[in-house]
Amino acid sequence: MIEVIDAQSCTSCDICVNVCPTNVFDKTDGIPVIARQGDCQTCFLCELYCPEDALFVSPFAEVAQHVDLEMLRQNALLGSYRRAVGWTEETKHRREIDRSYLLFGH
Amino acid sequence: MTVQSTRAQRVSARAGSVEFDADVLVIGGGPAGTWAAISAAEQGARVVLADKGFCGTSGATAAAGTGVWYVDPEPALREAAMANREKLGGHLQDRRWMSRVLDRTYEQSNRLADWGYPYPVDDKGKSQRNSLQGPEYMRLMRKRTKQAGVTILDHSPALELLVDEKGAVAGASGLRRQKHDRWTVRARAVVVATGGCAFLSKTLGSNVLTGDGYLMAAEAGAEFSSMEFSNPYAISAAYGSVTKTLFFGWATFTYEDGSVVPGAASKGGRSAIARALTQGPVYARLDKADGEVQRQMRVSQPNFFLPFDRTGIDPFADRFPVTLRLEGTVRGTGGLRIVDDSCATTVAGLYAAGDAATRELICGGFTGGGSHNAAWAISSGTFAGQGAADHARHFGPARGRRLSSAGIVALRQRAGRPVKPADLAKAVQNEVFPYELNYFREAGRLGGALERLDTLWTEVSQADAATADDVLRARESASMLATARWMYRSGLARQESRGMHRRDDFPDQDDRQRHYITSGGLDEVWTATRPHAEAVYAEAAE
Ligand SMILES: Cc1cc2nc3c(=O)[nH]c(=O)nc-3n(C[C@H](O)[C@H](O)[C@H](O)COP(=O)(O)OP(=O)(O)OC[C@H]3O[C@@H](n4cnc5c(N)ncnc54)[C@H](O)[C@@H]3O)c2cc1C
Ligand code: SF4
Ligand code: SF4
Repeated sequence: MIEVIDAQSCTSCDICVNVCPTNVFDKTDGIPVIARQGDCQTCFLCELYCPEDALFVSPFAEVAQHVDLEMLRQNALLGSYRRAVGWTEETKHRREIDRSYLLFGH
Repeated sequence: MTVQSTRAQRVSARAGSVEFDADVLVIGGGPAGTWAAISAAEQGARVVLADKGFCGTSGATAAAGTGVWYVDPEPALREAAMANREKLGGHLQDRRWMSRVLDRTYEQSNRLADWGYPYPVDDKGKSQRNSLQGPEYMRLMRKRTKQAGVTILDHSPALELLVDEKGAVAGASGLRRQKHDRWTVRARAVVVATGGCAFLSKTLGSNVLTGDGYLMAAEAGAEFSSMEFSNPYAISAAYGSVTKTLFFGWATFTYEDGSVVPGAASKGGRSAIARALTQGPVYARLDKADGEVQRQMRVSQPNFFLPFDRTGIDPFADRFPVTLRLEGTVRGTGGLRIVDDSCATTVAGLYAAGDAATRELICGGFTGGGSHNAAWAISSGTFAGQGAADHARHFGPARGRRLSSAGIVALRQRAGRPVKPADLAKAVQNEVFPYELNYFREAGRLGGALERLDTLWTEVSQADAATADDVLRARESASMLATARWMYRSGLARQESRGMHRRDDFPDQDDRQRHYITSGGLDEVWTATRPHAEAVYAEAAE
């Protein structure tokens, strides 16, 4: 489930409010709030769309987890999914390295 | 080339609502809905697309990504592609449909390449087009939908259909949940592309998929087909949502004590996992993947690794607990019954595409890991979009049509207490999640579940209109309930095992039941049988 918005890096662009398919966030005058955490479907898509890597989705789908922002930063976990799919400037070559065709039919 | 169509027109409306006049309304903005919207717009139709979430991230494909049934148009390859799944699907497929879906999927995937989808190129320099990364694909589809001149309404779940004096479908209305108001679209034809129903099981990307389109369509009188094929369960880490099963083909499954679960496998041995899970925890380790395969896995499905990398588990070396999550009609094959090549349903003006429609024509009774669903979403979306645009064009002036709301459950004033959405959803889950009820079916157990579901329905049908805050959740849980009843009624009617439908009391396939099961109805759920296409042709030849 979505666990945290990093207030240090969030620019209040509200993209996450827009793209979350289950409408988990609410706009505010400042940074958005996680208003309905229980509705989160753990799809990780808000992370992909956040331009600042300010969000973290824990892989636990059913129970809330305590997360430590400092640890996430140190372990380079913020933005890790976005980098993996090639949606950052430095990793954009990854958009075309899908090797599924070698794995299908196993 | 994109044909720029005229846009749907916003018309004046009461305070607290927006209204549009369109030729075609598409409900749902996954692959099926976006292909439908683009295809209709390319025919010159004015199109509105309304999605519950955000068109581009919402639905099963956006979050998960899919293999695609993309086969080069060489006769031998096409023949093999059709033949090799017929047995799994219980011989309920229709060759004519398989071949038109293969054609259309091939064409449209090639258009994706033209539009800039970054397909990978293999060692021989060939572009490989049988896999789509979900976020990448659906971001592109949103862009193309907009460029086609379609008006997109995000965070705008449809609640009910509108019908005219003759009962033909003429639009829909719903909520704009971030604007706290309502929308109405008057249209000459409607495409339902709301996906399947995964019963809020948290299977990847699917909590927006609660069968809403089924309930709306049923309230307008539509029928279903193959709803008994609705019990696929997908493997994921026990704590996680990433139900991507391909890589579990390299796994060894073990009990708590470390001994191997006999017969357990992702393909062809999933029922052994389900049986073991009814006894206690089951663990997996992807220990059959060598270094090279591991590297290919990482770049092919980055989302598969999120639950592991974020918990410090090495899935190739460490054991981790697994579970099976119900995917209902998302990777099942049942859905709205289709009556012709344009994906028209049994109700005038109403078309169905993607998981909202039956996939029996190309999958029969089984879809798992076959890429057919993605091909179906692309093709049926295209067929339905064109069909709806055609229907709209021949419709003539819609002026003076008197429209009424077709929605009933949780929308009308009634004597009973309003639905409690969370409680109702839980009660339905209790009947559809358990492996002993749904994975392994049997007359007595199905009958018991149906009795409880019917009792719930009686309450729900007498429930008063839900409040503005609750109405979406109330409709969603009522849709889950209705879906469960069509599923189990159809499951009872099929007294054999075929495709994914397993009956403990009828463990074998029975040649005399090579037919389709149609279902429908709300207060009274009914089923009937329809012959398979080959039987129809045989009769005509006699
Ligand atoms: C984990 C996973 C892996 C999969 N892998 C494969 C694969 O490898 N190959 C394959 O072929 N298939 C696969 N599938 C199945 C495939 O994802 C679906 O068949 C496909 O997404 C169907 O497309 P669709 O457009 O019909 O539905 P979806 O993509 O689910 O989209 C439905 C849309 O309808 C919207 N909606 C729902 N209710 C309403 C409402 N009331 N009003 C407005 N909008 C609404 C939703 O928000 C959503 O955007 C997989 C599914 C899952 C869950
Ligand atoms: S998308 Fe990221 S930066 Fe923008 S508001 Fe959300 S958390 Fe902040
Ligand atoms: S993980 Fe998915 S459902 Fe959860 S907040 Fe992010 S986008 Fe929304």
